[in-house]
Amino acid sequence: MLLIGLVLGGVVVSATFAFRAFRENLTYFFSPTQVAAGEAPHRQFRLGGMVLKDSVTREPGSLTVRFTVSDFANTVPVQYTGVLPDLFKEGTGVVVRGKLDVGGEFLAEEVLAKHDEKYMPPEVADALEKGRATVSE
Amino acid sequence: MIPEIGQFALILAMCLALVQAVLPLAGASLGRSAWMALARPAAAGQFVFVAIAFGALEYGFLHDDFSILFVAQHSNSALPIFYKFTAAWGGHEGSMLFWITVLAIWTLAVAAGSRSQPDEFASRVLGVLGIVSAGIIAFAVFTSNPFIRLSPTPADGNDLNALLQDPGMIIHPPTLYLGYVGTAVPFAFAVAALLTGRLDKNWAKWTRPWTVAAWMFLTGGITLGSWWSYYELGWGGWWFWDPVENSSFMPWLMTTALLHSLAVTERRGIFKSWTVLLAISAFSLSLLGTFLTRSPVLVSVHAFASDPARGLFILGLLGIFCGGALLLYALRASSLEAEGGFKLVSREAFLLANNILLVIAAIGVLFGTLYPLFIDALGLGKISVGPPYFNAMFLVPMLPLAVLLGVGMHSFWKTTAPQPLLQRLIWPAGIALIAGIVAPLVVFGSASALTAIATVIGFWVCAAALLEPLRKWVLRQGAPLTRAQIGMCLAHLGVGVFILGATMVSAYTVETDVSARTGDRFEVGGYEILFRSVRPVEGPNFSAEEGEFELRKDGKVVTVLASQQRVYRVQQTPMTEAAIDTRIGRDVFVALGEPLGDNAWSVRIQVKPLIRFLWLGTLLMVFGGLFTITDRRYRYPVRESAAASKPLPQPVSETN
Repeated sequence: MLLIGLVLGGVVVSATFAFRAFRENLTYFFSPTQVAAGEAPHRQFRLGGMVLKDSVTREPGSLTVRFTVSDFANTVPVQYTGVLPDLFKEGTGVVVRGKLDVGGEFLAEEVLAKHDEKYMPPEVADALEKGRATVSE
Repeated sequence: MIPEIGQFALILAMCLALVQAVLPLAGASLGRSAWMALARPAAAGQFVFVAIAFGALEYGFLHDDFSILFVAQHSNSALPIFYKFTAAWGGHEGSMLFWITVLAIWTLAVAAGSRSQPDEFASRVLGVLGIVSAGIIAFAVFTSNPFIRLSPTPADGNDLNALLQDPGMIIHPPTLYLGYVGTAVPFAFAVAALLTGRLDKNWAKWTRPWTVAAWMFLTGGITLGSWWSYYELGWGGWWFWDPVENSSFMPWLMTTALLHSLAVTERRGIFKSWTVLLAISAFSLSLLGTFLTRSPVLVSVHAFASDPARGLFILGLLGIFCGGALLLYALRASSLEAEGGFKLVSREAFLLANNILLVIAAIGVLFGTLYPLFIDALGLGKISVGPPYFNAMFLVPMLPLAVLLGVGMHSFWKTTAPQPLLQRLIWPAGIALIAGIVAPLVVFGSASALTAIATVIGFWVCAAALLEPLRKWVLRQGAPLTRAQIGMCLAHLGVGVFILGATMVSAYTVETDVSARTGDRFEVGGYEILFRSVRPVEGPNFSAEEGEFELRKDGKVVTVLASQQRVYRVQQTPMTEAAIDTRIGRDVFVALGEPLGDNAWSVRIQVKPLIRFLWLGTLLMVFGGLFTITDRRYRYPVRESAAASKPLPQPVSETN
């Protein structure tokens, strides 16, 4: 009886704990169009789209890089400091995790690298498709 | 011609797998020994034809036969020869054939190793393996055929993904697959026992070495994967809670629970239905993992829509294997009777706690991995679950588990008097408490509460694991240890070493990204790093810029590290080849990034204390498994009539 009680208690405690940890660590994905419409939250989220051609700039010798993420309909400027992943390239899909600052620039903490350069993150593919659709309307 | 032979052999293997599935199972139910006797020849035949099919694909790779679509997609004439060989499992279709090959190897091993078991039981086990095999081969033949021809034949192939061109890729996938697929064996034993309606201590004794073997490969495979991602992906991390990693980790958690639960079933004849459920879930999660990893499911849940045939086939197979086994379980579980009870303080109770905690961890990881897929499939938005969730989900059940582990391995079967147990463990506990708090403070100068707790627990597990071997080999007290006992101590020592490594790496890694010009010096984690030069180098199928770094400690040169920024010519894939200086106490990791203009390069530098302990710990676990399966009672199996000898309660007996 005591054993069952302990086990049940443990399950309840760990389940509560798990759900809290889960809720706190959910990161939502937004496209540039959603950001432009003001749907993005103030807390951390993921932004995805295409790295706009000729948008990657940096002060020579600096680790800080700026680029523009686009879904063809709208764009968001992004700033990141650090080593970029191998597969980061202009004209390809990218997912960045971070926050919007007051000026509307996205401060990325992480630029996501994927195992395969042919692979387009599904949320990015989706965002690009929707963006294209908006433009052609 | 050769690819057609391969395809034909694969279809024949499928037919033989069907024979191996249907006739022995029917024979076992109807009592026809001639039908049952077909199980082993069918398994051997299946193996031969699968081997021919796999050989045909390898032939295509080694001879640059780009008329085969799969070869053209994943190889290139300039690819070094051993990568041509390993490219065979570098894509979906080939890896499914590889899965099939590994299953055929396990089936053959079971056919050879089950001669001491009753024919009725052995033929049911092989029959169930035949069902699994037939299902997977059908999946390959109908939806993922690696032998499809390409017309017109291209002049050269598309090359292997650059990340897979690494020695780690030669051993990591085969090892992991041996583990994944190996969980099919305890699954088959469990289903066969449900069919027979008899699940006793002998059954557990037959199942256990196979489970331990699969678990060893799974442990080794995950370790190699972690090691590979550490040095190859160029990020310097060792675990990312990536869905691909999770899908190998969940079966590991379940198999670990299973082999502990099997220990109880073998010695005490209890936990029977639980053991069967674990065997079924471990295999189900392996299947789920294989398909999550190897099919487009994970890349996008929309893959179910873009290639409905594959997705539906996978769902169907999962449904048949797991649904069928669970249905059988529901029908038969009531006939599984416990052969005894146990008290609150006993080894059984600790092993029960072990199982519950491991299963909780597995469920937590499963939830975090699948939830985003479901939410997306339902069109409710796109989310991802961050590593902190997984860390919490893993640490919260695992830290108490590690504490209980030390007590559990020193308690007796059935019941244990708390007083002597406490007396016995007070010394190791005291040493661990002091060492765990003092060591990080002395070595690193500071320690957070969580670091101190985890370090204490790490030392505690090591001390508990070493207590008995030290008593026997240093103080010369008590009876000699059996191999299974040594195995248990080694594996648990591995757990302790792993905890220490993971804690130190997480708490005391120093990492920095810098902008560096040649001649620049950086101070990182007590080391001085001098960026000496950058020069172009040419590889067989890549061009690279190679950066040279001089590593100094207290003014003396420790070593020179060379990290490359490569571009693979065919696919124009850029890739970082990190340089790592390894010592037992720490790694220094240097990776050359991209040019930043003005002669500067981005460089990532990390100093990681005790990172080798992670892999040393898992290696010890694998060796522990090796000792266990070579224990006397598994090496010299007796025919069923000779009943298992009654175990006497003793401090460290052979479990785990």
